[in-house]
Amino acid sequence: MVRIFGILAGLFFVAALSWSLATGAYTAITEPASPTAEHEFYKHPKHLALASDGVFGKFDNQQIQRGFQVYKEVCAACHSLRLVAFRDLTQLGYNEAEVKAIAASFQVPGVDPNTGEANTRPGLAIDYFPKPYPNDIAARAANNNAIPPDLSLMAKARHDGAAYVYSLLTGYQAQPAKLLKEFPDSKTGPGLHYNPYFPNLNLAMAPPLSGPGQVTYGEGNPQPTVDQMAKDVSAFLVWTAEPKLAKRHQTGWPVLLFLIVLTGLAYLAYQNVWRDKKH
Amino acid sequence: MSFPWANHYQPKAPLMRWLDEKLPLPRFVYNAVGAGYPVPRNLNYFWNFGVLAGFMLVVQILTGVILAMHYAPNALVAFDSTEHIMRDVNWGWLLRYGHANGASMFFVVVYIHMFRGLYFGSYKAPREMIWLLGVVIYLLMMATGFMGYVLPWGQMSFWGAKVITGLFSAIPLIGTPLQEWLLGGFAPDNAALNRFFSLHFLLPFVIAAVIILHIWALHIPGSSNPTGVEVKSESDTVPFHPYYTAKDGFGLGVFLILFAFMVFFAPNWLGHPDNYIPANPLSTPAHIVPEWYYWPFYAILRAFTADFFFIPAKLMGVMAMFGAILLLFFLPWLDTSPVRSGKYRPLFRKFFYLLLVDVFILGWMGGLPAEEPYVMISQIASIYYFAHFLIILPIVSSIERPEPMPFSITEAVLGKDDKAVLAPPGSAPAPAA
Ligand code: HEC
Ligand code: HEM
Repeated sequence: MVRIFGILAGLFFVAALSWSLATGAYTAITEPASPTAEHEFYKHPKHLALASDGVFGKFDNQQIQRGFQVYKEVCAACHSLRLVAFRDLTQLGYNEAEVKAIAASFQVPGVDPNTGEANTRPGLAIDYFPKPYPNDIAARAANNNAIPPDLSLMAKARHDGAAYVYSLLTGYQAQPAKLLKEFPDSKTGPGLHYNPYFPNLNLAMAPPLSGPGQVTYGEGNPQPTVDQMAKDVSAFLVWTAEPKLAKRHQTGWPVLLFLIVLTGLAYLAYQNVWRDKKH
Repeated sequence: MSFPWANHYQPKAPLMRWLDEKLPLPRFVYNAVGAGYPVPRNLNYFWNFGVLAGFMLVVQILTGVILAMHYAPNALVAFDSTEHIMRDVNWGWLLRYGHANGASMFFVVVYIHMFRGLYFGSYKAPREMIWLLGVVIYLLMMATGFMGYVLPWGQMSFWGAKVITGLFSAIPLIGTPLQEWLLGGFAPDNAALNRFFSLHFLLPFVIAAVIILHIWALHIPGSSNPTGVEVKSESDTVPFHPYYTAKDGFGLGVFLILFAFMVFFAPNWLGHPDNYIPANPLSTPAHIVPEWYYWPFYAILRAFTADFFFIPAKLMGVMAMFGAILLLFFLPWLDTSPVRSGKYRPLFRKFFYLLLVDVFILGWMGGLPAEEPYVMISQIASIYYFAHFLIILPIVSSIERPEPMPFSITEAVLGKDDKAVLAPPGSAPAPAA
């Protein structure tokens, strides 16, 4: 009985699937999918090498400090960093006084102690980075109807994280003539900017990095070219997304080593127990 | 199974004797996983995976209970509380990555465990009940994994919940009310998140209970083995302890190395980047995909693209997806070959490997966007999936001529000439062919 019902059910599913397959094949032949500009001109992220890469990866604090400077002086105008607190910056090698000074240079939402009305006050180390816009409507109004996303987790929230951010920041270009010829309807709209690393090729963020003079790096640091700043801010975003990365790697190696030794001993015990039993 | 030659528990210390009279728990353990449980001597490493699955359940419960101490099941703060665990809770990152990758490793282990059963015919009499309970466990695991993935309330959490509960809306008449009842609203929101959290906490304990039944059912016939020939004499078996405790210990070590590597060095490898974006009901992700362990079934779901007579494509897909799992319940009666092990089934073996490749292809397609040619590949692979279980297996088992089998486990291990072979001369071979 089970087998008869089984075979009938099997034939039913096979028939329904074949029908789907046949109709799908028919449409594929009669109405072949037309190519899209996104499909043809999208570029995969460029390679980016950071100290945090790989199983030995750790943070290059000097680079991340530079990246923080780029965030603070450029990106913070539009992008929030809501999951990072000023106190976290001590992990980057800033001392307490420096962290307090950085915090105080930001205005955070506060309450007037006399009237109870909302106001702003200088940040404290325990505060989180403040949002540049009071709400999404304000953010949209100022950015051609797009919301600049929070950057805290950006390096984990896109495929190829940091490499993607780096490619996006350095990838702005004029729309290729070939694209306009093949897809005349795909001209970059007003207020948008062509960037082949962005999935739909046009984004509302104007190229944020312009080159030397935008940010002044301290002595002993490389020139703040667009490429360098893009690398640095990407490295910074790896840290904001995964501040425990270095600790994770550091913990991982002793754990692995311990497990390998333990497994070796377990293997010897296993061989010993079974030594006179053929199996 | 208590074969007549099983060792007997004999407590020596007065305390243990006292305990044995009042509550014979040590006796129970001795008979279940100790020296009192005789097990075939020829089990290969594939028989390690049941114990590994049990270990993973314990890991999931331990990490999960501690995560629940820091997690907040409220749609407003769930995402941030998960990040709070990652950033501020001591060793929170280890707990969370351990739990998330633990779920994946749990499924890896259980999939190997299930394919072991498929190849070696472990689902056949007298072990049908073990298999049936296994399928129940598998269904419970799928439900638990799905609800767990919703908890961080990222984009994939939200849209995954929406798509999967949306499947119920394909059911005629009661579909949409049923979906709304399941979610406690028109779309996933706080009500859904809260109940998913509650159930996600509950189900692992239900799984633990069904595992107890699974092992109980296992102990009645005892473990099968790679030859599929039943235990005949004492020389076929060894006591579980120390033989298999030692082997399982080694297997656990190898597994832990792999697991630790994932947690410490590739914790996001199996995850989806979109789940690091907070849930946003107004922005649909470009590609909604569930966790990798559902991909084969997701591919089957999406393979139905055309209405079939009066049945809408979506309903067909939902029926097929659930059917693909539920048919496993009937497996013991679909494959009627008396030979258990694929080792002695030349024709079955070929189809088995084809199925293995087929499920990999389905899994691969299930993770890709629903575009051509992926949909057509899913359709062909789905055809094979159903044909394999429902049509090919019943036919193969009636036309196949099995290869010669050893008379006993001992013979398989030691060879025919060995003195230890207890076969009386001229006795009939095992009930096969
Ligand atoms: C003038 C405001 C502004 C500044 C300054 C700015 N951005 Fe943006 N950014 C935006 C807007 C608006 C979007 C959303 C674009 C869209 O969705 O079309 C965006 C999007 C992004 C994205 C996400 C792209 C995606 O995949 O969704 C990243 C990453 C990003 N910005 C990084 C940066 C970095 C790093 C800086 C500093 C170097 C920066 N931005 C400076 C306005 C800004
Ligand atoms: C949480 C999940 C599970 C746990 C903890 C578990 C545990 C175990 C254990 C400890 C064994 C004995 C050792 C071994 O043969 O590997 C076993 C045997 C078995 N399990 Fe599972 N199991 C689980 C899920 C499943 C599933 C999903 C199935 C199939 C659908 C299944 C089918 C079987 C079968 C058929 C046997 C007998 C194998 C034989 O003797 O040849 N199990 N299980």
